Amino acid sequence: MNLHEYQARDLLKNYNINFPEGEVGSTPQEIFDISKKFGGDVVVKVQIHSGGRGKAGGVKLCSTPIEAKNFANSILGKKIVTNQTDSEGVIVEKLLVTKKNNISREIYLSIVIDPDFESPVLIASTEGGTEIEKMAEETPEKITKIPFDPVLGAKPYELRRLISKLEIPKDSAKDFNSLVNNLYKAFIETDSTLIEINPLIIDDNDKVVPLDCKINIDDDSYFRQKELFSLRDKNQENPIETRAKDFDLAYVKLDKGNVGCLVNGAGLAMATMDVTTKSGCFPANFLDVGGSTDKEKIKEAFRILVSDENVEYLLINLFAGIARADLIAKGVVEAAEETSFKLPIIVSMRGTNSEEGFDILKRSKLNIHIARDLGHAASLLSEINKANK
Amino acid sequence: MILNSKTKVLIQGLGKDGSFQAQKAIEYGTNIVACVHPNKKGQLFENKIPYFETAKDAVKKTGANVGVIYVPAPFAMDAIIEQVDANLELVVCITEGIPVHDMIKVKNYMKGKKSRLIGPNCPGIISPTLKIKIGIIPGNICKEGDVGLVSRSGTLTYEAISQIGEAGFGQSLCIGIGGDPIHGTSFIDALSYFEQDKNTKSIVLIGEIGGTKEQQAAEYIKSHISKPIVFTIAGTTAPKGKRMGHAGAVISGKMGLASEKIKALKEAGAYHSDDPSKIGETLKNIL
Repeated sequence: MNLHEYQARDLLKNYNINFPEGEVGSTPQEIFDISKKFGGDVVVKVQIHSGGRGKAGGVKLCSTPIEAKNFANSILGKKIVTNQTDSEGVIVEKLLVTKKNNISREIYLSIVIDPDFESPVLIASTEGGTEIEKMAEETPEKITKIPFDPVLGAKPYELRRLISKLEIPKDSAKDFNSLVNNLYKAFIETDSTLIEINPLIIDDNDKVVPLDCKINIDDDSYFRQKELFSLRDKNQENPIETRAKDFDLAYVKLDKGNVGCLVNGAGLAMATMDVTTKSGCFPANFLDVGGSTDKEKIKEAFRILVSDENVEYLLINLFAGIARADLIAKGVVEAAEETSFKLPIIVSMRGTNSEEGFDILKRSKLNIHIARDLGHAASLLSEINKANK
Repeated sequence: MILNSKTKVLIQGLGKDGSFQAQKAIEYGTNIVACVHPNKKGQLFENKIPYFETAKDAVKKTGANVGVIYVPAPFAMDAIIEQVDANLELVVCITEGIPVHDMIKVKNYMKGKKSRLIGPNCPGIISPTLKIKIGIIPGNICKEGDVGLVSRSGTLTYEAISQIGEAGFGQSLCIGIGGDPIHGTSFIDALSYFEQDKNTKSIVLIGEIGGTKEQQAAEYIKSHISKPIVFTIAGTTAPKGKRMGHAGAVISGKMGLASEKIKALKEAGAYHSDDPSKIGETLKNIL
């Protein structure tokens, strides 16, 4: 789950990490009032679940409250497209107004989980303000990684070396140390998978000040982080992906495809996409029903898949282990009858109770094409597609 | 991988799915000797397998040496630690959705301990020759043979097993190492086992986009593996940035792409099945 910048700031305040004074508003009048309170010289930032806001016109330096209000007027309620969103973009419902800072230098700082170290690592670079992905490709030598030890945390000698590498002013070294240790504490206690401070600035008084913040929380920690998860902003998510998530299904919408894919298991789902593409068709989406044994869930999965207007064919590829093929078949038939689905359905179904599953499908009035395996499913798909064109 | 005719299995987490899988494992021939449940001490599972209060008790009374975990995610870390403390040689954790911070603690705790972990979020391990099934891989799709299979995926593993069978071969051992970023047994551990195992003549490796574990495997293959390897990487057509978490993308950059993994493994001398429906066919062509 992503947090908004203003939520992340509030959260980190509990860990003694203080950002420049700021307030969030959702109407032009509120933005005007906040800007006035801060003396007019402010930065106004859209609150969306995406980076790249600056380049997309989502960050505005203002000198008067009127200017801030006009910016709010022009952007609130609209969708904004960044280099990290899809072509539809995400809606702007809130703006964060903060006091301006005098920046002398920008640093990049984040904590992520590194599968190679099998621990959280601190990532830092002198090239603050730019995206880390870009840095990793263009100037990897400027990136420093320090793993946190589960008992020791960040080792002081490694932090000392980092401080010298980042050329942090001597008087601020202590603040920098506390910042890293506090971030790490927050990272652990909130089940974060990413906390990013970009940029962390050195201001004209040689102080280190965090300006922007991004936090991702591990979805698997929901059971013990319920309070944090109340911060989830569903309006920032793709509505169909959210609907799927609510049913504990994994749905991914893809551009330009015409085949709806209902699969169990992420690896098989990806392989099914790969094979579909080789057959000359393209997946419109993929829906992973996981190890589900719940008929209602399967029905919802089917409804979600066919709600996509681009879908011309449905490809069902199941290898039932925990899941049961007969239950899935029942769900598909019931949902298809409910929605009067007439389009071709190509089915490959193996594993637990697959014979019973096939019987159920064959007895239905659906436009079913049965495949022996994944390869056969792809060639059937290719034949049907050619006949249709 | 520690499995032999003396393997005795302990099960922890006997809810609906765990019980179903336990029955399937018994039917397959697995020697399940104990169940662990804090409140069922003295009862019997399926009228024959005794319940114990703790894994330690179970090991003491039955000599179990392998544990399997179906415990729900919030309690799975504790179950793994309990089985490690009970000195089980092999701990197979099927559970999906364990918080990644818990796995960091588990891996740190396991340093220097003798237990080996497989998983979590994995289908487990199956030996068609020994008729031992620990986990959820359907037994009826496996055949006795000499192909060693290692995979990050669940159901795609079944697909590969089925294709190996269709191509006229069977499996010496199938290991699902799981899809979580932090896990126990790695590709390298599995490859090293297969290289030494007399019953394994060739190897199939199933990778996925994200992370750099396939590249690490490729490095290892270059200097350590003499047996022929067929591989496929799922997700060649997956759109960039859609599924990969931001954290993963930050660390590995473009290393997480399928194309990078394919390149590395090919350079290491492994044979690529560029179509995941042709793993069996590729194997047939090289053997």
